Amino acid sequence: MSALLELRHVRIELPTRRGTLVAVDDVSFSIGEGEVLGVVGESGAGKSITAAAIIGLLEPPLRQTGGEILLEGGRIDNLPPDAFRRVRGKQIGAIFQDPLTSLNPLYTIGRQLVETIQTHLQLGDKAARTRAIELLQEVGIPGAAERFGAYPHQFSGGMRQRVVIALALAANPRLIVADEPTTALDVSTQAQIISLLKRLCRDHGTAVMLVTHDMGVIAETADRVAVMYAGRIAEIGPVRQVVKHPQHPYTVGLMGSIPSIGGALGRLPQIDGAMPRLGSIPPGCAFNPRCPRVMDRCRVERPDLLQADGTLAACWLHAEQVAEGAVHG
Amino acid sequence: MAADAIKAGLVRRLWDADLAYSFRRSPVAVVSAIVTLALILGAVFAPWVAPHNPFDLSTISLIDAFDPPQWVDGGSPDFPLGTDEQGRDVLSAILFGARISLGVGLFSTVFAVTLGITAGLIAGWRGGLVDAFIMRIADVQLSFPAILVALLIDGIVRSTLPHDQQDQIALVVLVGSIGLSGWVQFARLVRGSTLVERNKEYVQAARVIGVHPMRIVVTHVLPNVLTPVLVVATIYFAFAIITEATLSFLGVGVPPTEPSLGTLIRIGNGYLFSGEWWITVFPAVTLAALVLSVNLLGDWVRDAFNPRLQ
Amino acid sequence: MADTVLRLNDVRRLFDVSAPWLARVLSGSGPRTLKAVDGVSFEIARGETFALVGESGCGKSTVARLVVGLYEPSSGAIEIDGTDIASLKTRASQAPIRRRVQMVFQDPYASLNPRWRVRDIIAEPIRTHRLVKGEAAIAARVDELLRQVSLTPADGNKFPHAFSGGQRQRISIARALASEPEFLVLDEPTSALDVSVQAQILNLMKDLQRRLGLTYLFISHNLAVIYHVSDKIGVMYLGRLVEIASKADLFARPLHPYTRLLLDTVPDLAMTGRERQPVRGEVPNPIDPPSGCAFHPRCPYANDRCKTERPSLLASGGNLVACHAVEEGRLPGWPLQV
Repeated sequence: MSALLELRHVRIELPTRRGTLVAVDDVSFSIGEGEVLGVVGESGAGKSITAAAIIGLLEPPLRQTGGEILLEGGRIDNLPPDAFRRVRGKQIGAIFQDPLTSLNPLYTIGRQLVETIQTHLQLGDKAARTRAIELLQEVGIPGAAERFGAYPHQFSGGMRQRVVIALALAANPRLIVADEPTTALDVSTQAQIISLLKRLCRDHGTAVMLVTHDMGVIAETADRVAVMYAGRIAEIGPVRQVVKHPQHPYTVGLMGSIPSIGGALGRLPQIDGAMPRLGSIPPGCAFNPRCPRVMDRCRVERPDLLQADGTLAACWLHAEQVAEGAVHG
Repeated sequence: MAADAIKAGLVRRLWDADLAYSFRRSPVAVVSAIVTLALILGAVFAPWVAPHNPFDLSTISLIDAFDPPQWVDGGSPDFPLGTDEQGRDVLSAILFGARISLGVGLFSTVFAVTLGITAGLIAGWRGGLVDAFIMRIADVQLSFPAILVALLIDGIVRSTLPHDQQDQIALVVLVGSIGLSGWVQFARLVRGSTLVERNKEYVQAARVIGVHPMRIVVTHVLPNVLTPVLVVATIYFAFAIITEATLSFLGVGVPPTEPSLGTLIRIGNGYLFSGEWWITVFPAVTLAALVLSVNLLGDWVRDAFNPRLQ
Repeated sequence: MADTVLRLNDVRRLFDVSAPWLARVLSGSGPRTLKAVDGVSFEIARGETFALVGESGCGKSTVARLVVGLYEPSSGAIEIDGTDIASLKTRASQAPIRRRVQMVFQDPYASLNPRWRVRDIIAEPIRTHRLVKGEAAIAARVDELLRQVSLTPADGNKFPHAFSGGQRQRISIARALASEPEFLVLDEPTSALDVSVQAQILNLMKDLQRRLGLTYLFISHNLAVIYHVSDKIGVMYLGRLVEIASKADLFARPLHPYTRLLLDTVPDLAMTGRERQPVRGEVPNPIDPPSGCAFHPRCPYANDRCKTERPSLLASGGNLVACHAVEEGRLPGWPLQV
C-alpha cells in the first residue's frame, strides 16, 4: 500500500544572525490511508514545525532546506503558494490548538463553513448550506440548523473546537493535521473531542497526523506513534509497542516519568537535564548527555532508525544487538 | 587590569547586543544619529564653538549688518552664513538658538514624561475612582490641541505676572506649558501597560511576599512599562522643539533676549522677500534637520524595540 | 488531633460582573454576580499535602488566592495556625502570618519579573522580612536556596529569559522558600511543563517537603499527578466542594458522580482497552450555575430533589460527599459494570 503522506529526509532550518539553527533534522516517516499517526514530543522537539511544513504554513524565516514531502506520491513542498493553497484546503485539513483564534470572530460559523465548502467543492449556495448543517450535526453541535447563524464567541471552548473539526472535514480531505487539538480544553471536554475525532476519521476514512505532548491522548487514539527529540525522530512504531515496550532510552524515560493512577508512589523516575536548545544540540546522538546507557559511539555518530524489538529506534544499542544477532547467526 | 578586561568585555557585549546590531544595520538610524549628535554637540558647546557671541553687544556693529553668506558676492569668511539686521553672525545665532531650542525641548519632554508616568502608574495601579478621575482630566485635555494648551497657559501667566518678572521665568513657563500639554499620552500609555502588568504573576508574587504596594509599583511595574515610553518620548522631543519654535515664532515663546531657532525664523521672516533670505532660511533648515533626524531616530528606536519585527 | 495549619470555614468569594452602570440602565438588566467560591470548608494538617482538583471555573485557583491573601473572602473565615486572618486589620499585623504562607504560580514565564536578576528575585522575600542582615549574608542565603532547588550560584546572576520552563519553576520555588514558610500553595505548578520536567519538579517538591517539614495545598486538574503527590483530596465543581476523601479512598471508591466522571476521563496509558462512560455536556458558565445541585444537568443519577435542593457535605465512611444519590443510597458501586 503506497503511503498517503510521506516525508523523506526533511530538514527545516531557522537562519538567525548568530548562525543557522536546525529545527527539524532529517526526519522521515509516512502515514497510510485512514491511519492515525501520533507525533509526540516535548517543547522544542520540532513536532509543530513539522506539522506546519506539511500544511504549508511554515512561518518565515523558518524554511525547508532539504528533503521532500509527498502527498499521494506527488511532491507538495515545492509547489508555488497558490497551488499549495488549493492542496491545503482540499486534501489536507488543519486543526490547531486554540479554537478561539482558529475561527474568525467577525463571521458566523455557518458562513465560514459555507465559504470553505464552496472554495473546494463545486456546490451551489443551497447545497453548500445543507452540507454545512450536516457537518455541524456530525460533529455533535446540538440544534445545528439554528446555530448555523451564530458567532464563534457564542460557543463554549469545546463546541468551538467541534466547529473547527467540521471546518477541517468540510472539503473531505484525505489527511487531517491536528496540532495539540485538545490542550486548551478541560479534561472532560478533551475526552469528548478526542473520541469525536477518532470516530469521524474512521467513518470518513481520513488519515490523521496528531501532534501532541500528551502521551495519554496518543495511547487512546493513535495506530502508530513517532517520538521526536531535538528535531529528530527517536522512535517510531505501533502505539502499543512504543507505549508498553519502548526501545529508545528517551522513550523509556518519558514513559517512566508519567505519573499514573495506581502506579508506584515513590520518586518518579526522571530524566536529568533538559532537551538541548536549538543552538546547542550535541554531536552524535542528541540524547547522549542525558542517556543512562550512553556508549562512546553515541557521542560521535548520529544513529539512524534501526530495527529494535517491535519498533524502529534511533539508538546504537540496537545496532549492537543486530550485529550480535548476525554474528550468532 | 581585570577592570579593563571587564570594561572591554562590557563594550564588546553592548556592541554585539541586538540593539546595537540593529542600529549598525540601519543607515537611516546611523545618519540621523550623526546629524542629531552634531547639532547637539554644537549647541551644547556653542559658547566655545561659535565664531562669535551674537549676544555680546560690544562685538556687534551695524556695519556688518545684512552681510550675505560666505560664498555669495559680498560675503566674508568672518560670517560664514551671513549676518542679520543687527550685524549678528547667523551661524553663531543658530548655534546659540539651537541651544535654547534643545534645552526647552529636553526639559519639557522630561517634565511631560515624569508627570505622565506618575499619573499613569497611579491610575493603572489604583483603578476605580482614582483611575476614572485622572483619565477624565486627560480626556478633557486631549480635546484641546497641544499648542492651544501651551498658548493658554502662557497667556495666563503673562497676564497675571508683572511685566519685568515675565522675562525671567519665561523659559520655565515655556517648559511647563509644553510639558503640561503633553503628559496625557504618556499617562495613557503607562496606564495601559500598568493594567496589564498588574495582573501578571510576578506582581502577584510580590504581593504574596508582602512587599509594600508602592515598592511593587516602582521596582516591579515601572521597569516593565518603560520601553514604549522611551519610544514615544523620542518623538515627543521633536514635537516639543517644534512647539517651542512655533510659540517663539508667534512671539509668545522665549524672550527676545534669548532667541531660539523659532525667534530667528520670525525675525528673518520679515526680510525674506526683500533679498536677505539667509537670515531665515538657515535657522529654518537647521530646525527641520534637527526635528527630522530626531524623528527618524525615534522610528528606529520603535522598530528596534518591537519584538514582532525581529 | 493533628495540628491544623489551615482551616477554611464556609468561605465565599463573589465577583461583581455586572455590565457598566450606564449600559445596565439603558438595557434594564440587573447586577450579575459570579460566585467563584460558594461556601467552601476544609482543613489541612501539618505536613500533609491536600489537593484541590477540578476543571475550569470550579474555583480552585480562587481558593488558592484567598489562602495567600491576594483576595479577601466575601464571607467566611480563613484560619492560619488557628488565627483568623480577618481579625488582623493592618498590613503590619498580618505580615508575620503572611510570611509563613507562600505561593508557587502556574506560569513559569509570567511569574518572574523579566527585568530582575534571579538573585534579586530570590532575595526579595529575605529583604522584605529582614530575615538576614547584611549583603554578604543575603548573598550566601540566596546561594543556599539555589542549591536547594538544584541550580547553581552562578545562575543567580542571570535573567529569567536564560532559563527553561522547568528551571524557572525551580527559581519560583526557591523564591517561595526564601521567606522560610511553613505552608506552600502550589497552583498548577507543573501544568505548563513538559512531562519529563514535571517529574523532576514533583520529585523536588517531595524532597523539600520531607526535608523542611512543609505543608502543601496543591491545585491541579491532572488526577494522575494528584494521585502521586497528595494525601487528601478535595474535588471542586462550580465553586463548591463535592467530595473530600483520602487518596486511597478517592481512587478506589469514588462516590460523587463528578469524581467518577473525572476519573473516567483520565487517559488509559496502560492500554487496558477499558471502556469509557459516555460523558455528557460541558462545564456550565459559572455566572449562571444550575439550580440545586450544580452538577445535575450532567449527572446520570439526578432526580427532582437534585434540581432544587443543594446537597451539603455529609460524612460517608470517613470521607465527605455532597450528593443526594449517595445519601439516598441510589449510587451504584465502582467500578461500574458495563
